[in-house]
Amino acid sequence: MYQLKGVTKQYRRGKEAVDALAGVDLVIGDGDRLVIQGPTGGGKSTLLQMLGGLDRPTSGTVELDGVDLASLPEARLTKVRAESIGFVFQSFNLIPTLSARENVETALVPLGMRAADRRERAAEALASVGLGERRSHLPAELSGGQQQRVAIARALVKRPKVLLADEPTGNLDESMRDEIMELLEGLWKEHGLTFVMVTHDSAIARKAPRLATIERGQIKVTERAER
Amino acid sequence: MFFTYLRRELRRRRKAALVVASGLALGIALVIVVSSVSSGMEQAQGKVLQSLYGLGTDMTVTKAAAPAEDGSGQTEGRPRFRFDATDGEDSDAGGKEQSSDRVMVQGFQTLSASTVSKVGGQSGVADAVGGLSLQVMKVNGRFERGAFEQAPGSAGGRAQPPGGGGGSDQQGGRVRGGGADFDVDSYSVYGTDVGKLDLGPLTSSKISKGRTFTGSEADAKVAVADASYAEEKKLSVGDTVTISGTKIKVVGIATPDSGDAAADLYLPLKRAQTLADSKNKITTVYVKAADSQRIDAVKSAIQKNVSGTTVTTSADLADTVSGSLSTASDLASSVGKWLSVAVLVAAFLVAGLLTSSAVSRRVREFGTLKALGWKSGRVTRQVIGEAVVNGLVGGVLGIAAGLGGAYAVTAISPTLTAELGSAGGQPGGGTGGGPGGGGPGGALRESASKALDISLTAPVSVTAIALAVGLAVTGGLVAGAFGALRASRLRPADALRRVE
Ligand SMILES: Nc1ncnc2c1ncn2[C@@H]1O[C@H](COP(=O)(O)OP(=O)(O)OP(=O)(O)O)[C@@H](O)[C@H]1O
Ligand SMILES: [Mg+2]
Repeated sequence: MYQLKGVTKQYRRGKEAVDALAGVDLVIGDGDRLVIQGPTGGGKSTLLQMLGGLDRPTSGTVELDGVDLASLPEARLTKVRAESIGFVFQSFNLIPTLSARENVETALVPLGMRAADRRERAAEALASVGLGERRSHLPAELSGGQQQRVAIARALVKRPKVLLADEPTGNLDESMRDEIMELLEGLWKEHGLTFVMVTHDSAIARKAPRLATIERGQIKVTERAER
Repeated sequence: MFFTYLRRELRRRRKAALVVASGLALGIALVIVVSSVSSGMEQAQGKVLQSLYGLGTDMTVTKAAAPAEDGSGQTEGRPRFRFDATDGEDSDAGGKEQSSDRVMVQGFQTLSASTVSKVGGQSGVADAVGGLSLQVMKVNGRFERGAFEQAPGSAGGRAQPPGGGGGSDQQGGRVRGGGADFDVDSYSVYGTDVGKLDLGPLTSSKISKGRTFTGSEADAKVAVADASYAEEKKLSVGDTVTISGTKIKVVGIATPDSGDAAADLYLPLKRAQTLADSKNKITTVYVKAADSQRIDAVKSAIQKNVSGTTVTTSADLADTVSGSLSTASDLASSVGKWLSVAVLVAAFLVAGLLTSSAVSRRVREFGTLKALGWKSGRVTRQVIGEAVVNGLVGGVLGIAAGLGGAYAVTAISPTLTAELGSAGGQPGGGTGGGPGGGGPGGALRESASKALDISLTAPVSVTAIALAVGLAVTGGLVAGAFGALRASRLRPADALRRVE
């Protein structure tokens, strides 16, 4: 369970300061699905970085199960990222020189798993996103949708508690978008994840039971009755 | 994963890896070539010195050069030949064949034989042996009596010239063809201590035919001839040579290991002393030091305790080596070394900057790995690992290129000349020749300074290879450090950076 209190993030570039987050309070329950939308530059990615422990807020606390990620020492924060958080990026961020399976394996490396186990788990994860046959392909040999599937397998292979996705369909054409969304939704249900997703797709946003809108660093959460 | 990732990176970014590697390779190859060429130079210098000194000699002791020519050496030294210049009875047959040997101590500076034991008694001296260098001038030839020829116009005995009054009583004829026809042959003789054949100039030659001296031949009339002298004079084992009327049997032929021999003929020391009329005199003491690291200390001990001597170490002698060998050797040690250091530093820097910029191009990749929970150390290790492998590839290429270069130098084997022994450098050289420098003086000076042709090789030592491997690893680590510095500054949030 996430509990954010008074989270601010200020980026400084020389004299100019940008308040990407200006006092965000937010609670996300275990197994919840939260969709975040808002205008570009509103602070969506910044909030996701705070949730994923990729960066620290300027002020405020980001508690994950009672542990404040904002003040956690770097080594422990790294461990939290390795064990509890799966991240899916808009531009896939696969390692271009590694095969699909090896890319998935990179997520298991920090867990100190034996190579054989790692390989097996990675192959399973790839099968679960429908890419069992393409595991030895390089990213460049896969379509955008397939690459994002590999990235999703990489995010979930460690069986994290939280899945964070920053515009996971942003770089895909329409036909692939629904596929990926369906896949993510299925996996969320299957694994009982806490799932936070940033999207520009208003169709998806409209369907979401819980919707957060971020504009100029301010958050507004809309709860909707379960359909 | 470390190795898988490493392998994939190197294989799939081959070009970038090769650029870094070949930069390092250039530097490493240069180091190998320069170091092997300079060790080749050292070997060449060693050969030059060894040809003079013999194996195992660390220094020589000779008489201190007189500050000015003090006459005594002069009168004794100037060779004089006496020939029977009177016209023999057998005038029809022309002059009688005459021959005369003049045996001189080379350099005219001798030491008492007791110096050997004095030098041998100094601390740090392992062994000392005395020797006598001689120069033999052999003059061979005859005087020819002039033949009288009558002038064509006054045939028929006594002339009665109307004009009268010529100064000559041999009117109407002339003397033709009178004069002298002499060969001057000069060769060097070295008197060696037959009791200590393991030290001294003869050790730089191998006995190729016959035998060397035995311990009982201290005063025997036997000689070992230098191979090239023997060839020139058509001497072989069993032949005899005559020096000042003494018949001496050649028992062995000695071939120098390299360069020129120290003498044309080697004789037992006592016999040489007798021939030169120099009883208990020597020209040079050959000294072997107990510890080759403490040669300078031994040198100053001898100089202090054995008065009137000059001590010349191999290092002193090496300083007197001139000619293209020393020029090339200076070049290798100064320009070559600095050039390879400069190229190495440049290669290290370029490799470092290329690695650093390669990391910059992979900001998102490394950011992503950090976002996945990779420790910073694991990421930097990956970067360093890649750089070290690049360095090793560079090392292999560099060693191959360096071996090729050194092999090429050896194959071409450029000939260098070494001139040894300017005044005072070579034991007994120069000073004795006298200011006049007439025939014999000039000949002595010539034989005192040596000019050797040495062909240069470039032997690659194991040390040079080890050095190259060390440099390759260092180069990789330097490059890796640049990259690692860059990589360690990356944050997980860089995974979201929109670069490229
Ligand atoms: N590393 C950074 N340095 C400086 N400013 C930054 C940095 N990252 C984000 N910002 C600024 O913070 C603000 C919020 O950025 P953020 O990326 O969170 O927006 P976003 O809502 O994700 O936008 P988009 O929909 O375009 O992805 C923007 O004004 C952006 O320019
Ligand atoms: Mg964004």
